Amino acid sequence: MATDNKNLNIKVEYVTRVEGHGNIVVNVKEGKIEKCEFHVVETPRLFEGMLRGRSIFEAQHITSRICGICSCGHSLASIQAAEDALGVEPTGQTVKLRKLLLDYEFLDSHLLHIYLLAAPDVLGVPSFIPLIGTHNAVVRRALRMKKAVNDVCDILVGRHIHPITAIVGGFTKLPSVKEIDAQIKILEDMAPDMVETLALAKILKFPDYHRETEYVALVSDDAEYPLLNGDIGSTDGKRFKKAHYKKATNEFIDPRSSAKFTKLSRDSFFVGALARFNLNSAKLHPAAKAVAEELGLKPVCHNPYLNTVAQIVEVVHCYYHALDILKDIRKNGLDYKQAVTVGANEKGAVPVRAGSGVGSVEVPRGILHHHYETDAAGMIKLADCIIPTNSNINNIEADFAKLLPEIIHLPKETITLRLEMMVRAYDPCISCSAHYLDVKYVD
Amino acid sequence: MTMENKPVPAAAKPKVAFFDFASCEGCQLQITNLGEGLLDILGAIDVVEFREAISEKWEGDYDVVLIEGSIGDHHAEERLKKIRARAKVLIAYGACACTGGVNGMKNSFELDEIRASVYGKDFKLFDSTATKAVHQVVKVDYSINGCPIYAPELVEVLKHALRGLPYTVPDNPVCSECKLNENVCMYERGVACLGPWTKAGCNSWCVNNGNICYGCRGEVKNPAKNANDVISKYNLKPELIKAKFDMYNKCKEGDK
Repeated sequence: MATDNKNLNIKVEYVTRVEGHGNIVVNVKEGKIEKCEFHVVETPRLFEGMLRGRSIFEAQHITSRICGICSCGHSLASIQAAEDALGVEPTGQTVKLRKLLLDYEFLDSHLLHIYLLAAPDVLGVPSFIPLIGTHNAVVRRALRMKKAVNDVCDILVGRHIHPITAIVGGFTKLPSVKEIDAQIKILEDMAPDMVETLALAKILKFPDYHRETEYVALVSDDAEYPLLNGDIGSTDGKRFKKAHYKKATNEFIDPRSSAKFTKLSRDSFFVGALARFNLNSAKLHPAAKAVAEELGLKPVCHNPYLNTVAQIVEVVHCYYHALDILKDIRKNGLDYKQAVTVGANEKGAVPVRAGSGVGSVEVPRGILHHHYETDAAGMIKLADCIIPTNSNINNIEADFAKLLPEIIHLPKETITLRLEMMVRAYDPCISCSAHYLDVKYVD
Repeated sequence: MTMENKPVPAAAKPKVAFFDFASCEGCQLQITNLGEGLLDILGAIDVVEFREAISEKWEGDYDVVLIEGSIGDHHAEERLKKIRARAKVLIAYGACACTGGVNGMKNSFELDEIRASVYGKDFKLFDSTATKAVHQVVKVDYSINGCPIYAPELVEVLKHALRGLPYTVPDNPVCSECKLNENVCMYERGVACLGPWTKAGCNSWCVNNGNICYGCRGEVKNPAKNANDVISKYNLKPELIKAKFDMYNKCKEGDK
């Protein structure tokens, strides 16, 4: 049914099935789009301000609390920034375990998004709860997979939400041989569910839509798909060392959002699974490459709705990458002497110094930067955190501006859903910065 | 009220809603981490609002509401009062809701100063008030402490709340659980830990994993009881312990 949407007024408060709260405001008057904005309106939590005066060794614990879903990612970015400031070089073993932790973080977050937050849209229901009746096996599988990832995370770092053992310098507790085997078993037992996930992925249909934009993600010169380490790169050919992250983000504030905005070569850029895929698909695990081909995902893909498909590809990559790390550890063993004691710095075990450090890590929703400056006692003087969801807000608005005229003839409900799906495709995690989604068309 | 998988007609099930305020939303994620066990809970209750997971919205009254997050602006305070007015039972869950949590560290600064430190000269564009725990704004019937919540405790409290039974957060220190878990005392390892003054109930989660206790479950009722012994035995600086406690418990200063 076509509609005359010359003057349109739709309002949806609190966009659901996103992490956090955001509003969409759209004004259409006499057929002309006057306003098309995505607002982030959350109680500012002022983490950067609160960190001042806290010890650099507490930064991981505190910044992990920026976001429950990406708490391992925040921890890793924070640790990287703190170690950079302190001049601590992590051992090869520590780096290996951190990469494993990041794989788990991607698996957990992407599975949650694919199954519980995005799939209801493509299956045409308002949430996963009706799916308990109609697609019971799918819901059970989703919860089972999420539990499995949660369980391996529990073994590795004590718990997935706000990890306990990952701190500056390494891990406070290292997994025993038995615990490495337990992780391998849990992941291997997930294999049939992985197969089913791919079968589901094949039937998911996404809207056809394209818009060229700049994609930003970590890039590197080695053969590994860069998630933990690398430079900041873009599809417009930009490349910066992480110390110069500000040149790659150009943050600015705007009254309409409590989140800060970013830009690079153009008015906006895209971070997240699709950006990583577009920049680094050649470095994916062969199994993930095969899945991308099967699902028809090719770089450079300009359809943001397919970010969910890129996440499915990354699920496969991280699953195999994690197993490779575990099997390598099983073969070569761990040096248990490398377990670190928390708080030892209070006794001067880790020398502190006045300094500045940056951590740039890929987390499920895109590149995340933490930057700290400390005084001679190791107390934080300045903190700066640039969150992937914020980086995407500008780009979401640019997509709205292109999408709305293309769908303005459709029924109001379809338009609303299409805009909400667009926001959800970016998998925003607004709790990192702010909260609400509001679709408002004003006469 | 049973947690078994018996089909109960939705109309007969208690209406339960989840709301989040300033928080990382990690506590609601702890619920999704129950895995298929989540379906047992969903079989016994009718979840009418859970913004992060579902799109449905509910206009009626609630039998039970679970509140996550602390209160840090005027709009949030009004919203919380409206929710309370529609709720028979209110459960605060997670450190942010119960003690103000890490958000309370905002109160260590002069409000406009910390706002300007993050947003610059235009800080007034974004409303912000001193952080309050939920009980500092409305009446709280049950609390589930911790950052994040310990999922088995959530299930326990939910069962009590649905049956109308009282539930009290344990008032013994984390050390009581830590000793049962046979951990080497962090003080014996030369590290200051907040276990002696923090409410148990987490099964000494952090210390089991080689870290210290950060006080996320709030102080025991009489923290001074153990404090002097530990402080003198290990020659601690009380101001260091206070600074550590402020990470989760700064809002306590707002209690009357």
